[in-house]
Amino acid sequence: MTRAIGESRMHALIINAALVLLALIALAPLLWMLSASFMPVGAASHLPPPLLPARATLDNYRELFARIGIGHYFINSLIVACAITMLSLLVNTMAGYAFAKLPFRGRERIFAVLLAALVIPAQVTMLPLFLIMKQLHLVNSYGGVVVPALATVFGIFLVRQYARSIPDELIEAARIDGAGELRIFFQIVMPMLKPVLVTLAIFTFLGAWNDFMWPLIVLTDTSHYTLPVALASLSREHIQDVEMMMAGAVITVLPVLTLFLVLQRYYIQGLLLGSVKT
Amino acid sequence: MKSTRIGWLFASPALIVLGLFFGVPVLAAFGLSFTDFDLYALADLRNLRFAGVNNYTDLLQTPLFWKSLANTFYFVGVGVPLSIAVSLGAALLLHAPAARAKGLFRTALFAPVVTTVVAVAVIWKYLFHTSYGLVNWALAHLGVAPVDWFGDAHWAMPAIILFAVWKNFGYNMVILLAGLQGIPQDLYEAARIDGASRWRQFLHITLPMLGPVLMVVGVITISGYFQLFAEPYVMTQGEPLQSTVSVLYFMFDEGFKWWNLGRASAVAFLLFAIILGATALLLRFGRKRDLL
Repeated sequence: MTRAIGESRMHALIINAALVLLALIALAPLLWMLSASFMPVGAASHLPPPLLPARATLDNYRELFARIGIGHYFINSLIVACAITMLSLLVNTMAGYAFAKLPFRGRERIFAVLLAALVIPAQVTMLPLFLIMKQLHLVNSYGGVVVPALATVFGIFLVRQYARSIPDELIEAARIDGAGELRIFFQIVMPMLKPVLVTLAIFTFLGAWNDFMWPLIVLTDTSHYTLPVALASLSREHIQDVEMMMAGAVITVLPVLTLFLVLQRYYIQGLLLGSVKT
Repeated sequence: MKSTRIGWLFASPALIVLGLFFGVPVLAAFGLSFTDFDLYALADLRNLRFAGVNNYTDLLQTPLFWKSLANTFYFVGVGVPLSIAVSLGAALLLHAPAARAKGLFRTALFAPVVTTVVAVAVIWKYLFHTSYGLVNWALAHLGVAPVDWFGDAHWAMPAIILFAVWKNFGYNMVILLAGLQGIPQDLYEAARIDGASRWRQFLHITLPMLGPVLMVVGVITISGYFQLFAEPYVMTQGEPLQSTVSVLYFMFDEGFKWWNLGRASAVAFLLFAIILGATALLLRFGRKRDLL
């Protein structure tokens, strides 16, 4: 009996120790980023590598904002990510609602085509998309990043799954009361979809904020660079400035990490919903 | 009749965007891959010529394309199994009844997933620094001599793989954890009564019951890992000795550095075909083993 208890205690200890070790590996790079961002120039390149700044300073942040103008890139990222989130939320929700609740000819076939298109990697589209954006004079503008992201199959799919649980009688009753379709959508459907809309919003915002390859292609001049594109280009110019680059990484990562921490329940839900079908 | 029009109206903004900015480009890319679209055609479309399958046959004779293909297969072949193994390990730990503070650990382990890949790639570039990096510093404590991660062609891709596993394992962990929670507890109780060890329970209950979830995770991860781009772009720029040039990196350079859009489109389609092939193989394997 005592042996069994001792064994299970040992087992619990091993499991929790392994979790602590894994969590440490997951978080250490982020903690080091934060710590190094407060180190004076050159302090991180010493042996043994310092874990904490001997003398904390805000110089790196000051340098980034005053001389490099990272505030500008931050605003660019914010504009692009907010525009994509708000507009695509509306577009995807309307479509998801239609695919769930508003029968139209060819609906099921179109939906099947959309799902099949999920296997095509986005990078296949990027070369012609650049030419299209050039024709539309959207190269090197916010629009060039925002417009192609206005609708996603994933978003439509997510909303459709959720909208199917809205009772038809509710929509019918509103129609009989003489409510217009737009009013039904905004005043009855949207409020009922709120949980899935929060999920989709955070997914979209994080995706847009973190996106790299397409912004790198379509933003050809620093004036419209988003944070990831600016950071990649800065890291090539300032290879030696470890501490300043870490401050730049903090500025880039902190908003999405905070958003995730606040809304993680919704995020994980969306991740699970999305993986069931794809 | 009326509701049909309304359905179209509600769906049309999304369908127009997807058609114009996804459907058309996919078809156009296919068409482009059979032309010699280059800088001259970019300036004046009259310079555009039909090239048949020349782009494809040329690629097959381009050493760097083969190199990028080999690099990408290396990244996928090692990175995907390693990534899923770590995810499964983490999910099993979180699922263990003895684990404390599960919510806290789950959040900590998931955090790298939501970070910006460019930003964390910059961090890891310094963590892998030969003399001042924390990775070599930690390895030194285990008695390992310093590794020249990004200077040695043998170690650059492993470094990128380690980084990718760190960045991504939390994603599959959450999916696998949900899968573990769906396995009926009485299966384990019956096995325990029969005296089955923890390892045998894992082998004969957990793994088979997780089969379908593992297939989903496998498909998502394989197609994601084939799209390797930002990591080498930020960490190595394809070096040393082109050992980290991925297929997409090659496509990006062909397309947006040299403006060979025809050739680059052919690269994109070959990659697409490879991803489809790999996914189909995996699904066939799954069907044979009754995992689907």
